Amino acid sequence: MSEISGLYALWYREFKIFTREISRVVSSLVQPLMWLVIFGTGLGSALGENFIGTGASYSTYIFPGIMVMTVLFGSLFFGLYIIMDKRVDFLKEVLVAPLSRTTIFFGKVLGGSTDGAIEICLLLILGVLFFGIHLTLLSLAETIVIIALLMISIVSLGLIFGALMTSQEGFGLVVTFVIFPLFFLSGALFPVKSLPTWLYAFVAINPVSYTVDALRAVMLGIPASFGLPVDFAVMIGFALAMVLIGSWAFRRMKF
Amino acid sequence: MAIIETHDLTKKFDKLTAVDRLNLSINEGEIFGLLGPNGAGKTTTLSMLATLLPPTDGNAAVAGFDVRRDAAKVRRNIGFVFQDPSSDDMLTGRENLYLHALMYGVDMRNINEKMDAVLRLVDLTDKQHQRMKGYSGGMRRRLELARGLLHEPRVLFLDEPTLGLDPQTRQHLWKYIKKLSTEKKVTIIITTHYMEEADMLCDRVAIIDHGKIAALDTPQKLKSMLGGDVVKLMVKDPKLAAVKKLKYVKDLKHEDGVVTMTMFDSNKHLQEVLKKVGDVESVETRKPTLNDVFLHFTGNEMRDSDDASEGGWSERMMHSSVENR
Repeated sequence: MSEISGLYALWYREFKIFTREISRVVSSLVQPLMWLVIFGTGLGSALGENFIGTGASYSTYIFPGIMVMTVLFGSLFFGLYIIMDKRVDFLKEVLVAPLSRTTIFFGKVLGGSTDGAIEICLLLILGVLFFGIHLTLLSLAETIVIIALLMISIVSLGLIFGALMTSQEGFGLVVTFVIFPLFFLSGALFPVKSLPTWLYAFVAINPVSYTVDALRAVMLGIPASFGLPVDFAVMIGFALAMVLIGSWAFRRMKF
Repeated sequence: MAIIETHDLTKKFDKLTAVDRLNLSINEGEIFGLLGPNGAGKTTTLSMLATLLPPTDGNAAVAGFDVRRDAAKVRRNIGFVFQDPSSDDMLTGRENLYLHALMYGVDMRNINEKMDAVLRLVDLTDKQHQRMKGYSGGMRRRLELARGLLHEPRVLFLDEPTLGLDPQTRQHLWKYIKKLSTEKKVTIIITTHYMEEADMLCDRVAIIDHGKIAALDTPQKLKSMLGGDVVKLMVKDPKLAAVKKLKYVKDLKHEDGVVTMTMFDSNKHLQEVLKKVGDVESVETRKPTLNDVFLHFTGNEMRDSDDASEGGWSERMMHSSVENR
């Protein structure tokens, strides 16, 4: 029973803080908008209104990929920030409480996913208004499931790094060697079909590619390159693996 | 009745033995002080009793539960106030209490009354809705004291509770700690290296050095163990040999023209000492303090520590991990 109220406590904490840092929400939308407006329009103007015969403009084509990018940056950093927590504030109090580490881990995942979900909803509204995104009830539901799976995976991944790292010096390394490769190798900005084999191999082993692929299929109606069943299998597998490794990393985390 | 009992409790970090076969028995309801120089093993002992660190050897029982086997039950019965802040700056004081109650599985039916009560106890009722970012160090510590009590623990651990606070705030905090002890009947274990703090607060103190107990008793008895009054003389060329022969003189030390010693009935004996020691410039006699006791048992040499860490801020920033210690 206290595990459930503990889970609620952890979520409540993250949510309270989130509502008090609205400026963070706004700034989290600036980067994706720059990609969509500047990069999308800039490159899109050279590529024409009908990008590689998909019927979508380039800005619309990369919209799902930019959503994924927003999750990647937001959620991974959310997880990494427990390094700061470890030092000065609340985490110690949480770790001393009679709660299992698994509960603490899930509380964090839940809190981080809620924050991310709100950001993504805002981005989605902007997409419908300005970037040619058309959603039906079904495709909205599918989008939510896909984004939720990604968020759980990436918050967990961030928490894994956060639990294993002891100082914030590793932040830059994680950005360079984790976030950027996951993003650039996901096909967020280009179609993956006609890539050279060596590059395609990297894209194919990147689990995030399958999220982008599925998202593009359900949001834009562009046929999935890997096939939707494969996409979902990879997404679910990735989320499960991250959650398992994450709760393990939390159990052995020192503080 | 003993509420905390340790038996050969030991903690080793690589080669360093931080706590060395510690045997302690702490009674229900007392305020018990753990004193010791930096790196003596105080915080490590506390961490083991609070189940934050597993012992390397030996065992300990808190509130009747083994710290290794029944860690969750131990945790439910203890409150912990850390050396460094452990509350959330972005939340209000009351919200921090609320979260604590949820995490400790406190019965939520009358949670508001419980929070009101602990807030009153530490005089924070009027600040409860302010975010903790705006709290002073003393207010923060008081809130954390209140929080530590919210789940009605039987034992409250206070790790250097007044470190880094100004003397006024410190005195206030002592008042609150005393109040907790009398009103809530909670057993309080406190680590400190402020001797006057231990003297003021504690029913019994243990002086720990190199992971072992060097002395354990009431502050009164410890002070009387030193054998009388502390006498300090300023003398140009002290004739120490003559003084040393006097039977009642103990702990004779000389440094830069300052001679210190302890003796019983100094008003009776001082005359004789003054005659023998040489040209005395000034005399000072006083009752021994816990500080004298502390120095007597732990020596005078400075500890520069493998453990510069036990000092608050730097510790927070440099050594996030207790295990690193």
